[in-house]
Amino acid sequence: MRSGPYNHFTGSRMKRGEMYDVVIIGAGVIGCGIARELSRYNLSILILEKEGDVADGTTKANSAIVHAGFDAYHKTVNGQMNARGNPMYDRLAAELDFPFQRIGSLVLAFSEEELVSLRELIDNAHVLKIPGVEMLAPETVHAKHANLSQEVRGALWAPTGAICGPWEFAIALAENAVENGAELALNTQVTAIQKTDAGFRLSTAAGGSIESRVVVNAAGVYADIIHNMVAEPFFEINAKRGQYFLLDKSAGDIVDTVIFQAPTKAGKGVLVSPTVHGNIIVGPDAEYVEDREDLRTTGPQLDFVRQAARQSVPNIPFGMNITTFAGLRAESSTRDFIIGPAEDVPSFINAAGMKSPGLSAAPAVAEEVVKHVAVALGGELKERKDFNPHRRPAAHFAESSPEKQAELIATDPRFARIVCRCEYVTEAEVVDVIHRKVGARSVDGVKRRARPGGGRCQGGFCSPRVMEILARELGIDMGDVVKDGPGSYILTGRTKAVEGGN
Amino acid sequence: MQQYEVVIVGGGPAGLAAAIEARKNGAQSVVVLERDRELGGILQQCIHHGFGLVVFNEELTGPEYAERFIDELMKLGIEYRLETMVLEVNADKTIRAISPNDGMIEIQAKAIVLNMGCRERTRGAIAIPGFRPAGVFSAGTAQRFVNMEGYMVGKRVVILGSGDIGLIMARRMALEGAKVLAVAEIMPYSGGLTRNIVQCLHDYDIPLYLSHTITEVRGKERVEGVTIAEVDENRKPMTGTEKHYDCDTLLLSVGLIPENELSRGAGIQLDPVTGGPIVNEAMETSVSGIFASGNVVHVHDLVDWVTEESRRAGAYAARYVQNKLVEDASVIASRPGDGIGYVVPHKVRPENLNDKLAIFMRVKEVFHDAKLVVKADGEVVYSRKKRHMAPGEMEIVQVDAQKLKDLKPAELLVSVEGGETVHV
Repeated sequence: MRSGPYNHFTGSRMKRGEMYDVVIIGAGVIGCGIARELSRYNLSILILEKEGDVADGTTKANSAIVHAGFDAYHKTVNGQMNARGNPMYDRLAAELDFPFQRIGSLVLAFSEEELVSLRELIDNAHVLKIPGVEMLAPETVHAKHANLSQEVRGALWAPTGAICGPWEFAIALAENAVENGAELALNTQVTAIQKTDAGFRLSTAAGGSIESRVVVNAAGVYADIIHNMVAEPFFEINAKRGQYFLLDKSAGDIVDTVIFQAPTKAGKGVLVSPTVHGNIIVGPDAEYVEDREDLRTTGPQLDFVRQAARQSVPNIPFGMNITTFAGLRAESSTRDFIIGPAEDVPSFINAAGMKSPGLSAAPAVAEEVVKHVAVALGGELKERKDFNPHRRPAAHFAESSPEKQAELIATDPRFARIVCRCEYVTEAEVVDVIHRKVGARSVDGVKRRARPGGGRCQGGFCSPRVMEILARELGIDMGDVVKDGPGSYILTGRTKAVEGGN
Repeated sequence: MQQYEVVIVGGGPAGLAAAIEARKNGAQSVVVLERDRELGGILQQCIHHGFGLVVFNEELTGPEYAERFIDELMKLGIEYRLETMVLEVNADKTIRAISPNDGMIEIQAKAIVLNMGCRERTRGAIAIPGFRPAGVFSAGTAQRFVNMEGYMVGKRVVILGSGDIGLIMARRMALEGAKVLAVAEIMPYSGGLTRNIVQCLHDYDIPLYLSHTITEVRGKERVEGVTIAEVDENRKPMTGTEKHYDCDTLLLSVGLIPENELSRGAGIQLDPVTGGPIVNEAMETSVSGIFASGNVVHVHDLVDWVTEESRRAGAYAARYVQNKLVEDASVIASRPGDGIGYVVPHKVRPENLNDKLAIFMRVKEVFHDAKLVVKADGEVVYSRKKRHMAPGEMEIVQVDAQKLKDLKPAELLVSVEGGETVHV
């Protein structure tokens, strides 16, 4: 097995064996959000991630929806965090420059019974003060949304429903946290946690040891395992897999808002939604899996998703599919988010059970966790004077006006070199995402940040170019460039002609 | 705003032929815009033999075939710009492009020929279940790595789809020392040329499983294996027919898709069957003065036919800028009948034809000893018996232009008559 150019951002204190104030386990959207919130204060922070990149677990494979908040019950932590998290997104998107659009959401009812459950959702929305939620008559729905099924009997409209780029968000959070002094160690799996007099000693799979006063558990589908390393077990995480289709941009106008189905006894239904990049996402199903890495798609479940989606949008063009994928939800046996210190270990703070609406709630969860960290560290946290909430901005060539494009090319001719023909991603953008604070180290890492390979050809044309640029910028051989994690090698050696010295 | 008579979008075999012919037919200022670092398009990575039998009556490699046209282009002094990506083609025949050398370029053309070629269908397009590890390549991408970059993409290989690039890559990988375990094809017949089945699979003892598809990809980081299964008549996998292969690589050769994002942007009408523009006898699209030829219009089996078709497109584009093309002529609709998937061109104005009308098409199934018949409003204007026709090979008929000028039919219908359909 080859190993890529990893552990690039390994924390300096970690190397020196110094103690951190806070170690966060897990660099998904929850862990990165917590790190960024904590980086407002005078704290030494380290994020540990077992994968080779941030946002590489549940964050990279979900519906990408920032829910309005009418759905999660008002008496649950889920419900409260979602209602609080959603309005925080506008400011975050402006500060951190990640894709976010408030396109609203509809929940469709196909029967009298489903209309009843929509009314319950509206009541729930009122308690949670979700703005603008209302019931639409079927005529109104059909007049505005021509491609929806004629069977629709009514719909709940929530204007604050939104879509975002979940991994772009998490990467932005991580980058901004690092820009503000937080440290990040990738490919660093925690294998044991020991209580010490001053806090904790964490052991890593590579044999390292890290000291910290406080530990935050944002380990996603592994949160129970991490918790049980140091605290008394009280919850279990079950991985619930969801499978998705992603359709080409040319199908992008089939719906212009998030289309949910009314929750029934059978489940929450399948959604059809635009993505922030102009594609259409369709999914998910829900299926418990034993293996917490089981990201397989399966024929029967994909068929189920197709069928279910056609109930909402009968003419959905599955012929324009560009990829299918699966994600795992971290579902807690307590049926709610678990936010706060372990009862028996007060400096060990859980942010666990973050299934949907985990993404929507992430900004609020981060604020909550900061409060718990402050308590664990013995009171008020001291704000940093030099905290900068703005991530270093990046140029987005494809979305720029022709005038702006000409300007970009004038400053750097690499903006005129298109690497990805489907998404019009330029060499300048690829180089930038490699050299940013939490830079890309793999083909998928570049794709998550700048989108080459995210289009209809799925990297057919651009992957050799992206590999060449990665190799050049990182000073490694192209043969050592990986797709994502360390074992995901792409090339297996030189051809005979090259080996023979030609 | 720069002015050109004819702008060629794409410097592959189609664009090269169109540019040369436009110049030879009197277009004064012609420019080829190519997004890659060199001319020749996909031919540059096709280092195997088999190109040029029709056009040059000899067997050339892809680069050699391209070189002949590149040489001629240079000799004629035709302008070309490399690393030049066209971002927009508009119905008023303005073009916006970018290049590291020239920055943002705006061009007003009198005529445009679209020669963007095609791209490969992906794993996603056919939704192959399983994990998404490294080691799944489209055959053309693998070909680029092996032939252009000098890297191997795997040691034990299974190929899905029997398109020509997949067949060529089966042989290429075998020659490079990889073990090619199987080729699975979901259809009951091969998607590639018969000669490639023989030369690339039979000669290397690589089994071809017709009516088979991949049902699972294993391996979280890198491919560790695949499962193939036989499919029923609805192309659904049948349980109990699974075969498991331990392999590190899956190559896909599951079809090509004409690349028409620019055409759509210009408001050009596309044929849902070919995925390419609807064209007339001049290879002119639904937008007056914008022409198209080669794989951007429909996927060809041999590059020689791309050349032939593109020469016509280039010549007609030149005639268009000289106002020698009869625009308001009577139009014959050209349609696929029984057994035919599509026909190109879709419309014919007999006034603009030289001596023959060439109709390119694909049959829908494998036929033996059937007749290919063209009827003009019911009257047979072409009929020829064919021993073997298959969807993997393009069929061409040449209809006498004078007949069409005389008959002035409303419709040309191309059909397969008689013979037997064959399930291999």
